[in-house]
Amino acid sequence: MPADTHANVAAYALDALDAQDEREFEQHLASCERCRDELAALREAAAGLAYGAADAAPPPELKLRILDQARAERTNVSSLPARRRSWAPLAAAAGLAAAVALGIGVWAGTRSTSDPLASVLAKPGAKLVQLQGHGVVAVAPDGTAAVALSLPRAPAGKTYEAWVMRKGTARPAGIFSGSTVAKLQRSVPRGAVVAVTLEPAGGVDQPTTKPLAATEAVS
Amino acid sequence: MLTAQPPSARDLARLSDEALLSLVASSDEDALAALYDRFGGVAYGLALRILRDEALAQDAVQDAFLGVWRTADRFLAERAKASTWILTLVHRRAVDLVRREHVRRSEPLEGAPEPAAATSVEDEASLGFRRRVVQEALSQLPPEQRQALELGYYGGLTQSELAERLDQPLGTIKSRMFTGLSRLRDLLDQAGLEGSYP
Repeated sequence: MPADTHANVAAYALDALDAQDEREFEQHLASCERCRDELAALREAAAGLAYGAADAAPPPELKLRILDQARAERTNVSSLPARRRSWAPLAAAAGLAAAVALGIGVWAGTRSTSDPLASVLAKPGAKLVQLQGHGVVAVAPDGTAAVALSLPRAPAGKTYEAWVMRKGTARPAGIFSGSTVAKLQRSVPRGAVVAVTLEPAGGVDQPTTKPLAATEAVS
Repeated sequence: MLTAQPPSARDLARLSDEALLSLVASSDEDALAALYDRFGGVAYGLALRILRDEALAQDAVQDAFLGVWRTADRFLAERAKASTWILTLVHRRAVDLVRREHVRRSEPLEGAPEPAAATSVEDEASLGFRRRVVQEALSQLPPEQRQALELGYYGGLTQSELAERLDQPLGTIKSRMFTGLSRLRDLLDQAGLEGSYP
């Protein structure tokens, strides 16, 4: 009953399917591009409804509880090697299945154009690689890359500098004062590693310190 | 207030929702806090409307934001608007709870809690604007479509519960939900309620 299943896309976007219908619809989604596109658009409209509810101030303790628990989970999880692995294979091979299994829905298309990370990710075949807990690097097949960096503000007189390293050479790819999202000023070819070092203010031509963080080789 | 924040928190305020989420994916707590500051009020208002119980609404928001924390990397792989993803997690969690807890769901249209103070004047103004746009869009739908969306989305009723409650064939409810939500999408698009968080 594919037609009937397709008709469930709006109810799915509203979280209004009964459990059995929901399972069937998620199976259907995995093989129906039209439904995935439609769902992405309808999800946005459904999320718009969230703003139609009266805004209410949650108690301040709620934020503290959430952050406390998040911190506790990070302590437990951050030592696991899986946390450091690239997500690219997941995104490429299992992203759809994972999203469906989670019941989160399937998403397509980004609207954010001013965000350098999002604009790289919008390119077909773009991948994300972890920066060892200090952020992520998005790399498109044409080598365009952007970094989301999560680091404390650099000390006075110092700057963070990104490098594209390949075949024993390091080429400067931008300087940053701390947490930021920025396009890398050098393309990242296959096999290259993106690394971040702490350098004298203004940046240098070759790294003078050991990387604070580095990606795996970009595949 | 601003002087009490560490420099990194001030920097984060300039980042897009999607950029913050990418930092959350690398276990950045400040980024999670910043996302909560942006969406906590809307999330809590939504959860309260669905659950009509402060403790349960807090549970729903907490579970949803911890879901954001744990699965932000999957969001990145899927490429959508961060606000949509976060509010979807909140809605799903609230609906799961309302179904599990058998909270009274008979009058979801009435008794919405009074709006409380938002975090800042600008936030309040932009949220108030969004609320008006959504309510205006809803008011332009045919009454039966609006009813299906509101009972489903805010009431947490499934489409078959709705069919039974309204004494209508399931196909009719499906059609109302589909037509209503598609029309709402067009109306929100026209009203310019797209794009990133203001």
